[in-house]
Parts: sequence; C-alpha cells; structure tokens
Amino acid sequence: MGKINPEMFLIENLKEAKGIPSRDGYGKALVELGKRNENVVALCCDLTDSTRVGWFKEKFPERFIEVGVAEQNMMSLAAGLSDMGKIPFVSSYAVFSPGRNWDQLRVSVCYSEANVKIQGAHAGISVGPDGATHQALEDIAITRCIPNLTVIVPVDAVEGEKATIQAGEIKGPMYLRFGREKVPTITTERTPFTIGKAEVFREGKDVCIIACGVMVYDALLAAEELEKEDIEVMVINNHTVKPLDKKTLIEAAKKTGAIVTAEEHQVFGGMGSAVAEVLSQNYPVPIKFVGIKDRFGESGQPEELLKKFGCTSKDIIKAVKDVLEMKK
Amino acid sequence: MQKITEIKELKLKANDIRKDVIEMLAEAKSGHSAGSLGMADIFSVLYFNVLNHDPKNTKWKERDRLILSHGHVCPVRYAAMAEAGFFPLKELKTLRKLGSRLQGHPHNLDLPGIENTAGPLGQGISVATGIALAAKMDKKDIKVYCLMGDGEINEGQPWEAFMFGAKNKLDNLIVLIDRNFIQIDGNTEEIMPLDPLNKKFEAFNFHVIELNGNDVKELLEGFEKAKRVQGKPVVIIANTVPGKGVSFMEGKSEWHGKAPNKEEAVKALEELNEIEKKIKEE
Repeated sequence: MGKINPEMFLIENLKEAKGIPSRDGYGKALVELGKRNENVVALCCDLTDSTRVGWFKEKFPERFIEVGVAEQNMMSLAAGLSDMGKIPFVSSYAVFSPGRNWDQLRVSVCYSEANVKIQGAHAGISVGPDGATHQALEDIAITRCIPNLTVIVPVDAVEGEKATIQAGEIKGPMYLRFGREKVPTITTERTPFTIGKAEVFREGKDVCIIACGVMVYDALLAAEELEKEDIEVMVINNHTVKPLDKKTLIEAAKKTGAIVTAEEHQVFGGMGSAVAEVLSQNYPVPIKFVGIKDRFGESGQPEELLKKFGCTSKDIIKAVKDVLEMKK
Repeated sequence: MQKITEIKELKLKANDIRKDVIEMLAEAKSGHSAGSLGMADIFSVLYFNVLNHDPKNTKWKERDRLILSHGHVCPVRYAAMAEAGFFPLKELKTLRKLGSRLQGHPHNLDLPGIENTAGPLGQGISVATGIALAAKMDKKDIKVYCLMGDGEINEGQPWEAFMFGAKNKLDNLIVLIDRNFIQIDGNTEEIMPLDPLNKKFEAFNFHVIELNGNDVKELLEGFEKAKRVQGKPVVIIANTVPGKGVSFMEGKSEWHGKAPNKEEAVKALEELNEIEKKIKEE
C-alpha cells in the first residue's frame, strides 16, 4: 500500500476494491435525507430507476415529483419549490441537466440563490455504448463558472452518499456528478469527507496527482506503479471542484513542485483547469492534464473508451514522467 | 392591505402607475415602454384589489404570490409596488442605475416583494408552477398569479410547465397572458403565430378566460371567476393595447424595448394628465 495516508481510512487492498456505481450512494443518501427532513423532495425527468431516485420514490411517493422529459421545467420548478421551503433534488443525466437547462440553472437557481441540489448522472466517457450524445464531458466546465454554485465529483458510492447528505444539509445550490458504471469503492465510512476540503489520500514528495471521481483510483494505482521506480507520488482526492481547497492544493505544489491532474472530463475548463487557475496565480509549477482532449466521445465498452481517450492509470503514469521532465 | 373596490379609484391608480412608468423610463433612458403601459390596469387591479399581501411584511407566509415571468416589463411592477407602499416612490428614479434595487430585469434578492428573478423568457411560469405545487403539498390556501408575455410563449419551457400544471390539477395557479400582439421583431402572428391561443390552452386542459386587459371592471370579474375554478389551472388571456394611454406608443412594436426621450416623456405625461381629468369627471 506504499504511503497511503492512514488518516484516510481507505480500504486495505486497492486491487480488491468492490465495484459499485457512485449513483447508488446518491440514491441511498436521498432516502436517508427523506427520513431526516420532510421538506426534502425529489424531481426526476423520466429516469427514475437509472438515477436511483426510484429508491426515494418507493419510500416517499408523496414527495416524489415526476416531471416527464422536461429538464428546463424541472430546474425552474425546483426553484419555485425551494421558495416555499422545500429542499428539491433534481435528477437526470448530466448531458440533459445541467446540459440542457443551463440557463434555468443560472437564473432560476444560482442567481436567485435557490436551495436546489442537482444530480448529474451518467457523466463521463464511461457511459459507454450510448455514444457521444450521452457522454457528459463538459458539465464541470459549465457548472463551475456559475457564481453561487458548489460543484462536487464524488470518488465512489460511499463518498457519493456522504456528499449527498451534506449537500442536503447545507443551504445553497449544489451540483453533484455521478457516473453510470460500477467503480472501485476505495473509501470507507471512516474516510473523512467535508465539502470544500480536498484530502491527501497518499503522501509523496516528487509529484502530486490531483484527481476527482473515478480517476482518484487510477491515480492511486499509478502511484503504486511509480513507487517501483522510486518516484514518490502524492495523490489528492479533489472532490470539490468549487469552491476549491486552495490551501491544500498550494501546499501540494510547494511540497512536490510538479502536478498532474486527472478527470473523466474535457481538459478544457474542467477540474484540472480550476487547479491551474489557482496554482498559476499562487505558486506556479509545471502541470500536465489527464482527461479528454477537446473531442467528442463515441460508442464502445467503458474500458475501451477510457483507454482510447487517455483516462487510465497508464496515461497518468506517462503524464507523471512528462511533468517530471519539465520539473528538471 | 386594504383593498380598493371602486373602479374609478383603480383606474386612477393605473393612470398613476403609467405616469410613474414614463418618468422612470425617461430617467433611465432605456427599458420597455409598451408592455409596461399596456399592463398598468392589470397591475392596478392585482396590487390594489386581487392580491392578499402586505407591503410592510413581504415575507408573510400566507401571502398570494405574484410571479412576473416576462421580466422586461418590470417597470410597471416597480411602479405598482411603490404606489402600494413597498418602497418610497422616489426610488423609482434609480431604475437600471448602478447600485439600484430596481435592476433592469427583476432580481428576487435585491428588492423585498419581488418573488422571482426573471429575464430569460419562460422560466417564471415554471417557478410559479413549483410554488403552486408546494402550496398544494402543504395544503396552503394561497393563489399563485403568473404574468406572461404573449411573445414569451414562443419558448418551449412554458408548455412543459402548462402540461405539468394541468397534470397536477393546480387550480391555485392563475396564469395571465398579456395578449398585446407585439414582440421585438413585430406582430406576434407574423413572427410566430399563436392563434388560436384559447384553443391551445383548452387542449392543454386549462380553464380559459378571455377579457379586455385594459378594462378594470372586466379584470376584477375575470380574477373573481378564476379564483373559483376547481381542478384545473386557469389562464386569463388578457387582450391589451401595448403603450396604452400614450397615443404615439399605442399598438406600436417599435416601443416594445424603447424608452421615451425628454420631449416624448413630456408629451406622454400631458396625455396621461388629460386622461386623469377625464376619469375624475366620470
């Protein structure tokens, strides 16, 4: 396990991580929030099962609102519900929400400071066979540029559950990004999670990989491989893309002097760009970006696509070696 | 607040609102004249008769909600609010200026009494529908009034909201369409035909009321009828004359998004003063 930070209480053996889709954490948390607070309501656009909102619907049918295939209406409806004291969670695929209702997110929700939580499901290239139209690769870029909006990319189902619970208990608009596929569950109940606080999952002094979502796992695998070559890699789980934990990121840059960012998203405008915006103004160091390189996706199996589009631990290893060259 | 029931009084209030609108827009040197003037009678009737509200307690939970979906006619809302005592009349002169609570398009957080942010068309109706649904869920006996422009319903979002409102039998939702037949590029029926608008709403399972939106008596009766409808949302198609009260603006789409200059404002105010005299003599 190398230098995994013991305070993070990650699973013992990364290679034995159990595969669970992160959206399961969302579904579970929504039920829990429903129990805790009667003002929690869930809206969905004809995707109740796959977004996992169905679990809430089963428990609280009177607080589940089926909107039909109408994402724009859903977002502004939620703003109206929040005006009346409800805590609405709106769910759809990220390509549709916030993809299709960005204006409603901007004006009805964020500018109006409506207490609406947005679940973007099936984000990233790993959606697979559905192809480019359904692969949200721009959602982080279009959400993190809106004032008042918090943007969170949970690493796995356990963290997804914690993130959703916290989102429900903090006032203000929040975007939560989830994938479709089973992803390795590497965090545990005891793993710390606070919105806005990046966590150092692995200690190292030569280079730091700042990742979010499923790519945190790939980053940890890459770090293990690189250890064999005596490269000591720090790994940060940067789950909150906005507001960024500047302090932790700047400290990592100071300590390692070289950064690789990794995300299942366009490298233009995504989490890596956000990191670069902070470091370039505070402590400039060389950075390499792992992610989708300014192109649309396509149909294929998730693993095939992640490989083709350069989002694997191998790609991270290459980026680490490249950035270490720049550091010299 | 005390409701005004005298038709003459409501007409005079509408005329005061029109004068405020002209003065505000002339001072701001930009803004939407025609729709604001056209809806003055509607705003007079709403703020001084129909709405259960309290200008001194804008957060009163049992208040009726007034959602303005086509935010660009906000000058008429600001004027009606000031006349109703929400804030001092002199603040109307700050419209569209730096630091003003009276933003060019209304912002819910800036001015108490503004229920919703609006600008991009078609969103307010969904917000209103969400409020109406929440009121039903909580068994609150309030009405939600949503004012919309006719050009606004070129957008697709309102039709999503109309379907949703009908599905959920939101009879606490009263939509009013300002049917003035103008939008920025010209006549609504040339830009994107809406007629037969009443049949469209009937097909969407709304209760439809049509009336003259510049006739105070018809408006009072129409809102009374709307409040009594059960099991369906209501739409009031209010036929109005854009620019109403100012002869050189009436019916002209070029006044949709334009403010009067100094001379035009003086002329408009003269005409409105004449109308005031006539109402008083009635």
